[in-house]
Amino acid sequence: MNEFLTAGGVGLGNGAVYALLALGFVIIYKSMQVVSFAQPAFMMAGAILVSYLTPRFGFWLGALLGVIAIAAVALVVERVAIRPMVGKAVFVIAIITIGVDIVVRVVAGSFVGVDPRSIGDPWGLGAVSLGGVRVQERHIAAIVAATLIVLLLFAFFRYTRIGLAMRAAALDQEAAMAQGVSIGTVFAVSWALAGALAAVAGVFAASGNVIDRSLWMVALVALPVIILGGLDSLGGAVVGGLVIGLVEAIVRTYHSTWFPFLGTNTGSIAPYVVMLLVLLVRPHGLFGTKEVERV
Amino acid sequence: MLAVANLEVVYDDVVLALRGVSLEVPDGRIVALLGANGAGKSTVLRALSGLLDVHDGEIRKGSVTLDGRPVGNLRPSALTKRGVKHVLEGRRIFKELTVEENLRVGAHAAPRETRANLARVYDLFPRLVERKDGTAGYLSGGEQQMLAIGRALMSGPRFLLLDEPSLGLAPLVVAQIRDIIVEINKQGTAVLLVEQNATMALQIAHHGYVMETGRVVMDRPAAELLADDDVREFYLGLHGDGAEGGRTSFRDVKHYKRRKRWAS
Repeated sequence: MNEFLTAGGVGLGNGAVYALLALGFVIIYKSMQVVSFAQPAFMMAGAILVSYLTPRFGFWLGALLGVIAIAAVALVVERVAIRPMVGKAVFVIAIITIGVDIVVRVVAGSFVGVDPRSIGDPWGLGAVSLGGVRVQERHIAAIVAATLIVLLLFAFFRYTRIGLAMRAAALDQEAAMAQGVSIGTVFAVSWALAGALAAVAGVFAASGNVIDRSLWMVALVALPVIILGGLDSLGGAVVGGLVIGLVEAIVRTYHSTWFPFLGTNTGSIAPYVVMLLVLLVRPHGLFGTKEVERV
Repeated sequence: MLAVANLEVVYDDVVLALRGVSLEVPDGRIVALLGANGAGKSTVLRALSGLLDVHDGEIRKGSVTLDGRPVGNLRPSALTKRGVKHVLEGRRIFKELTVEENLRVGAHAAPRETRANLARVYDLFPRLVERKDGTAGYLSGGEQQMLAIGRALMSGPRFLLLDEPSLGLAPLVVAQIRDIIVEINKQGTAVLLVEQNATMALQIAHHGYVMETGRVVMDRPAAELLADDDVREFYLGLHGDGAEGGRTSFRDVKHYKRRKRWAS
């Protein structure tokens, strides 16, 4: 039981990171119907940038500055590389985001040398005991941060003028434009938000860890997450992130008893197995929209 | 005054949708724009509201002016700020948002007056008050059209462009919508009304334009159009002599090409 709860702590901690990443994908998808493959690069760039900023500014200020900087980078990328392609076929834009991903990843990766870089987080691998269950501080931090960010995001989409305009534009772009909503602003804000979310996720993915050039692979797990939750559902991204995180952690804990014949990396493939199963049963995901219709 | 002069619009670089259209919407009036499907009525509205881009449309010649200043190349966001609001055909409400959220999106161009405009819209459409926290997609067709019009009024427009507000609605609801348009106009908003329901449109309009295949072919005070034999025949489903029935074959249907009305 104790083992199971420990796995739960790890799962929720990692799941919070996946949820943040998936939220970025979903926000961009909702505003432009494109899956942006640039998210992994923004995540890695965020972690690397923060690792350079923390020695000078301390962790909290450094992380904040890093996140803002990555949001700005995402804003520029959207304006320069994506906006001119609006109106073109969706896969064209998706392919461009892959190009952006490679460029950003290579540039950011060149700042990682032979020495291992650390994000300089205050928790490292420290752990606390909660009712006899050992939970790492970095996982607690990730859960708390993700909860706060999710609450802020939901408030943003519910109560602010631009947040509401973004939801409207996601439902009917032309009708939103007829209300005076500027689609360019919607795209820009969604990319900046997604960039910021990826950078925050990067900070937590890298904490208690060493930053190397393969950090972006963590972000690939966001794909099963958004397919599980539904491509266009913010709530689905959160739930999907936590579920995938838990499944991965639990399989990693018990793989030697459950799947002894499969070797040691079953945990890594578990999210993708879940993805395939979901695609078979519910192709639009658990929370993907079915249109509201009068009966 | 909102006006277009000798407007030529091309879709996808090939389809010529408007071939030299001129019309005027003076402040505080209701102007009806009639015509068959594909005549170019919606295209005129899109040219006025800046939404041509969405449909790959482009103004090739002519001008769109607001109070004499050219506005043909402005974006919809700029035009709504200047008081031109387009209610799209088919209602196009945001189905998954609540009624009040729909209205708040409508206030995007005039965020500071949201409260006053919300009160005004609820005053015009008491039905929406009851449903304000309900999902907009579950409203009846008539209520959805009221919501679409109310949403447009949320920024306090000077010119309201209505594209087929009576589409798919029961006669009783059409009468309600008609009364509301009159009321909105009384409160000081000019209306450009595109309609298939010509009787309804001409009853309330001050002036009417008739379009055919991308041209304006008639342009008269609404009362004259209502009395005009051709209009009665083509748009009101009545014969020249005013009696219903009597026509037995399509061969008796008048068909001749009317000449383009040249801009004055």
